[in-house]
Amino acid sequence: MQEILELLQNDARLTAEDIATMTKKSVAEVQEAIAAMERDGVILKYTAIVNQEKVRAEKETVRAVIEIQVTPEREHGFDALAERIYRFPQVKSLHLMSGGYDLQVIIEGKTLKDVAFFVSEKLATLNGVKSTKTHFVLKTYKENDIVYVDGKKDRREGVTA
Amino acid sequence: MLKTPPSPIRKFFDLIIGRDDIISLGVGEPDFPTPWVMREEAYYHLEQGHTSYTSNWGLTELREGIARYLAKFDLDYDPKKEILVTIGVSEAIDAVLRAILNPGDEVIVCEPCYVSYQPLVELCDTKLVRLDTMPTGFIPTAAAIERLITPKTKAIMFCSPSNPTGRMIPADELAKIAEVVKKHQIWVLSDEVYCELVYDGHKHVSIGSFPGMKDYSIILNGFSKAFAMTGWRIGYFACPADLMSEVHKLHQYSTICAPIMSQYAALEGLRSGADEVERMRLSYQQRRNLMIHAFKEMGLPVNEPEGAFYVFPDIRKTGLSSEAFATKLINEYKVAVVPGNAFGSGAEGFIRCCYATEIGKLKEALRRIKLMVEGKPYDGA
Repeated sequence: MQEILELLQNDARLTAEDIATMTKKSVAEVQEAIAAMERDGVILKYTAIVNQEKVRAEKETVRAVIEIQVTPEREHGFDALAERIYRFPQVKSLHLMSGGYDLQVIIEGKTLKDVAFFVSEKLATLNGVKSTKTHFVLKTYKENDIVYVDGKKDRREGVTA
Repeated sequence: MLKTPPSPIRKFFDLIIGRDDIISLGVGEPDFPTPWVMREEAYYHLEQGHTSYTSNWGLTELREGIARYLAKFDLDYDPKKEILVTIGVSEAIDAVLRAILNPGDEVIVCEPCYVSYQPLVELCDTKLVRLDTMPTGFIPTAAAIERLITPKTKAIMFCSPSNPTGRMIPADELAKIAEVVKKHQIWVLSDEVYCELVYDGHKHVSIGSFPGMKDYSIILNGFSKAFAMTGWRIGYFACPADLMSEVHKLHQYSTICAPIMSQYAALEGLRSGADEVERMRLSYQQRRNLMIHAFKEMGLPVNEPEGAFYVFPDIRKTGLSSEAFATKLINEYKVAVVPGNAFGSGAEGFIRCCYATEIGKLKEALRRIKLMVEGKPYDGA
């Protein structure tokens, strides 16, 4: 199961036949394992990994990391407030953190103004939010295990090995 | 030296230099860069100005690390007197052969084998005795070895898992070979550089681990393959202290020591590289399965290699010699493989394909080989 998952994570376009060959399982076994992972929500969907640096440069989007301190609610803890935040489509990631602040939000907007507006009007005004600190992202080097740099070339030369 | 031919692999690689349109299954080299923890360790030591020679033996911590590593295979060597760090396994083979051989000695080399064995043996003015392992599925057997032993036999050499066939000598056969070696009191040079790259739950067994075998064994190993460190040129060997003190002299006069940055990087690999090695191993296993499946579908017989990163299919049914096959494949179908005859006797009619190449390229290369086997023209540019 884990091996199939890792193969798909690396290349979601591998066919069940290829995966079956590579893992020495039957095609039916592989198909069933994939179906089970889809059913159980282990695999959510198959998408393309995009070099966001290139796309953002064209679309001129800006990203910001926002640190939020909150007052946890009785019974709900941080979850209810987190849900109110992650429902905004501008919010790309949301983590509950240990340390100096509570929630880390990564948001995307078209302009600096967009982001500033979203933080001051939408996030800062939420019940339970004590403070926000906004950091704009200047450049992304690596994200979700993907390095956003061009030029991966096979440099191996002919040699007597 | 004039009698020694250049490596036959070289000829094929000269054809592909600078050609992006050719997919190479030729070079026996990982397609992964050295794991970052190891590269970073070398940076650190460069930064600190650790750029000196090391002891001729290699760094003490590295030899201690190697001793602990060898213990995994039930090998017990004293890092102070029985382990020497060398410039790749290649230097180790050369130095050991020069130390143990006298003119007129005979050395049994199990073929097909890595291209350096035969010339290095012959450069010692000794008689190369070829053991063709093709009839036994490319696995040398104790019986076949014993038939070639004469009073002049000084040593036997093999590599398991093997370059170029990927086959591993099973433990029960190794046990029998060990008995032959002890009976005739000859050295065994055991090249174990692929010992980490074994598949389907196979376990590497070292001939040096059998009872009483330490006195006859020279265990050769290195970091190039499993740790993806080919360009660092770092290997080692282990043998009894008496012999070691002789080989040590050769090593000290010819190379002084292995590069210090490579030694630090290798040490870090032993400390914290196991997960990365396993990740690479699994990836090779998956690609091996893809290769075997494809060759079987083409109708080319192929042994299932237990280790290394090569498959060695039998191309005789195409009616071509291995050299003609490889030449046609590279010229017309733009795929480079190494013809079997490069590796010695018994390998004519076979080709070596290294599958340490990205899956997309592997599949395309296999598709092109299939076109050629089916007599169809190449459909690409």
